[in-house]
Parts: sequence; C-alpha cells; structure tokens
Amino acid sequence: MGSQGDVTVLGTVVSPFALRVRMALYLKGVSYEYLEQNVFDKGELLLASNPVHKKVPVLIHGGKPVCESVAIVQYVDEFWSGAGFASILPADPYDRAVARFWAAYVDDKLVAAVLGILRAATEEERDEKVEAAHAVVAPMEEAFATCSKGKAFFSGGDSVGYLDLALGCHLFWLETLRSMFGVTIIDAGRTPQLAAWAERFLDTKAAKEVTPPTNSVEEYAGKLQAIWAAAASAK
Amino acid sequence: MAEKGVKVFGMWASPMVIRVEWALQLKGVTYEYIDEDLGNKSDALLRHNPLTKKVPVLLHDGKPIAESAIIVEYIDEVWKDGYPIMPADPYERAQARFWAKYADEKCNAAIYPVFTATGEAQSKVVHEAQQCLKTLEKALEGKKFFGGDAFGYLDVIVGWYAHWLPIIEEVSGASVVTEEELPLMKAWFDRILAVDVVKETLPPRDKLLALNKARREQLLSA
Repeated sequence: MGSQGDVTVLGTVVSPFALRVRMALYLKGVSYEYLEQNVFDKGELLLASNPVHKKVPVLIHGGKPVCESVAIVQYVDEFWSGAGFASILPADPYDRAVARFWAAYVDDKLVAAVLGILRAATEEERDEKVEAAHAVVAPMEEAFATCSKGKAFFSGGDSVGYLDLALGCHLFWLETLRSMFGVTIIDAGRTPQLAAWAERFLDTKAAKEVTPPTNSVEEYAGKLQAIWAAAASAK
Repeated sequence: MAEKGVKVFGMWASPMVIRVEWALQLKGVTYEYIDEDLGNKSDALLRHNPLTKKVPVLLHDGKPIAESAIIVEYIDEVWKDGYPIMPADPYERAQARFWAKYADEKCNAAIYPVFTATGEAQSKVVHEAQQCLKTLEKALEGKKFFGGDAFGYLDVIVGWYAHWLPIIEEVSGASVVTEEELPLMKAWFDRILAVDVVKETLPPRDKLLALNKARREQLLSA
C-alpha cells in the first residue's frame, strides 16, 4: 500500500523513458514534482541521483533515487498497489513475462532503429534504416494479437498497461520522424493492428498528459544531428 | 493439448542458461533439460523462440518464455511459496533490477573484449572491465551476497562470473578480479561457489576451459 511521500521525477519532455515513468505515475494517480533537465549541461541533482549513468529518468521517492525506466515503472507499480490503484503489469505470471519480453525487445531494438534513421547521411541509407525499423516493428503485430486478447490494448484490457507504455512512449519520436522525413514506421499497410493501437494510445489521457510540446522532439533531434555532424567533422 | 511440466532448452557452457537452472533448483522444481547444439538448433527451440532463436528458453506446460532475466522473475512469481529470489521490498527490487541491467549491458560488454585482447590492448580492456565491476561491487558493500545474507536475484544474474571469469582470465592471460582491485567481488566469488545449487549445476571446469581456449583461438585466427 503506497503513500504520498515526496516524489520527484527528473526527466526531459522529449525522453521516451521519462514519458513512460510520468505515464505510470499518472495511471496511479500519484502526484509528483517534475524537474526538467538539460541533458547537455547536467545539473547536480541528476548527477548525484544517477551517478552510474547520469541519465534521465530518475524517480526520487522519499529522498531515495530509482534509476532505469524499466526498474522505475515496476517500482511504481509495486509500491502503489492494491485497492484503489490501477495495475500496470498484468496479474498472471505468464502474461507478465510476455509483457516484459516485448518491452525489453522494444527498448533494445526500436531506439537503435530510430537513431539509425536520424543519423542516416544519405537518402539511400535512410531508406535502409527505415526498412530495418519496419523489420523491428513487424513481430509486434502478432504480439499485439496475442497480448491484447481481442481488447484495445496490449494490457489485454480497455486501459493501458506495461507494454502499452513501453512501446507507446516511443510514438512521439515516430511521429517526429514522419514530420521530418515523411517516413511511417508503424504503417497501417504493414501492421494494421499496431497502427490502430497507436492511434488509440495517443488518444488516451495518460498519453495526452505527457505529449511533448509541439516541435520539441524535432528541435531535440536537430541538436543530436548537430552534435553528430560536429563529431564527424572533428575526426 | 499442452504438455505438462517444465523444460529448459539450454547449452551446457552458457552462463545465461545456468541462471534459469539455479532459479528452478532453488525452488525445488523438477525439469527436463534439453542440451542444444547451437550450430544445429532443434526444431523445438526454433519454434519456441522464433524471434531470437537463443537459449535459454523455458517451456512451462507448453508455454515458452525467453530471456534469462525474465525467466528468473517468472520462476520466482510462479513458485512464490518457494525460496524467495527477488527481494520483498519494492525499493530493493528496483535496485536489483537496476544492477542486473547494468551487469548485463555494461559489464558483459566490458568483459567480452578481455577474452580476445592480446598484448598492449589487453591492459586497457582489463582496466575498463575492472572499472565496470568496481561500480557493480558497490552493491555488495556490507553484504555477504548481493541479496543480503542469502543468495538472491542479483546473485543469480551475475553469479556466473565466479566460475567463468577465472576461466576467461586463464585463457587470455589477463588478471581482472584480484584481491587488490576487487576484494569484495573476490570474496563473493568464494561464497557463490559454495552455494549448493551452484555446485550442483556448474559445467566442469576443464571442459569449459577447453571450449573457451578453442573459441578464443578461433576468434583470434579469424
């Protein structure tokens, strides 16, 4: 049974991992102090709270930091649990294992695929990277069918759960790739169920709560590209 | 009609597989072990893990689960009245998951080059591996095991170092986990190797040494 001890989140409005944590807290109805970080000029609190990785997100609860979004989301689910709280992970151990498996897959493969598209130096390379991203997303169409059990979300119910958050938090970046390059990664032609899920997800209160400000992801993407270009020309 | 029971698709020399065996044995679960030839994978393995085709795969009453860390948590949750693997407290659980990810992503990546590095390059990769392990070692401070007084989740995840790292050191001639650089880890190695489920499952040292020597020669001559 949880309590309302102080909760602080260190994040950025563009980090999918930070968005995931904020969505989890929203689902639990937990209020928290949000501190936007500048990852190009990291502050004391971030460095002190996550000395190992120096990354967002960090959840600080009663003064104790929790790092790594996968650990944070499960912490949030476990601490604020029981009567009156929505569940994030499913109840059944097998369903939990499947959700964790696909969430790990998303984090392992999708982020790299997105960055690959962003980093591509030529249109040809970009096309290759987009193909690679399609290949990453493809198995999730069947995963959706299995996990959703005919319902609206990966959770197997009418509201979002662990795997919805794990994949859903990346949708804002996929939208930005669409506006920057005209590419659609979760494509209704190739992965129709997933595309329909994505629309539903973005329409949820949890997603709307954390939708990054207009152009913020594109601006951040631009900064990354500038850093990569500078590093490349410095060689 | 789903087949009842527990099966593990594994490979005798794989540290990822051994995690699953430790978890099952801690819980006293009987299982069938299927040793795979990774150069010629069985149809069953490919059917049960089409995505990555890797071991370990746990098959429980016909339902497959892949990814060793996820399998270990599954085992802990299903046989919840048995030996407690994950800590009970949510904060401790978060720490255990944090360090498991750190070990699997950073430490393994730092250790692998030690296996193949030669000459001058070796001291650099050894230093990096030590830095990684020193960070991990902090989670051992004041404790017998990562799990506290008893062998727990993080011990299951990284316990393989106790058997495999000395072999990697012997095969490559590098010295990574020393009394001087990693005293807590070295002492923990001895405790790990004394745990019953560990003793009962470790692959024979000479066989593992021979395999790794051969693998290293193969990689270096490629």
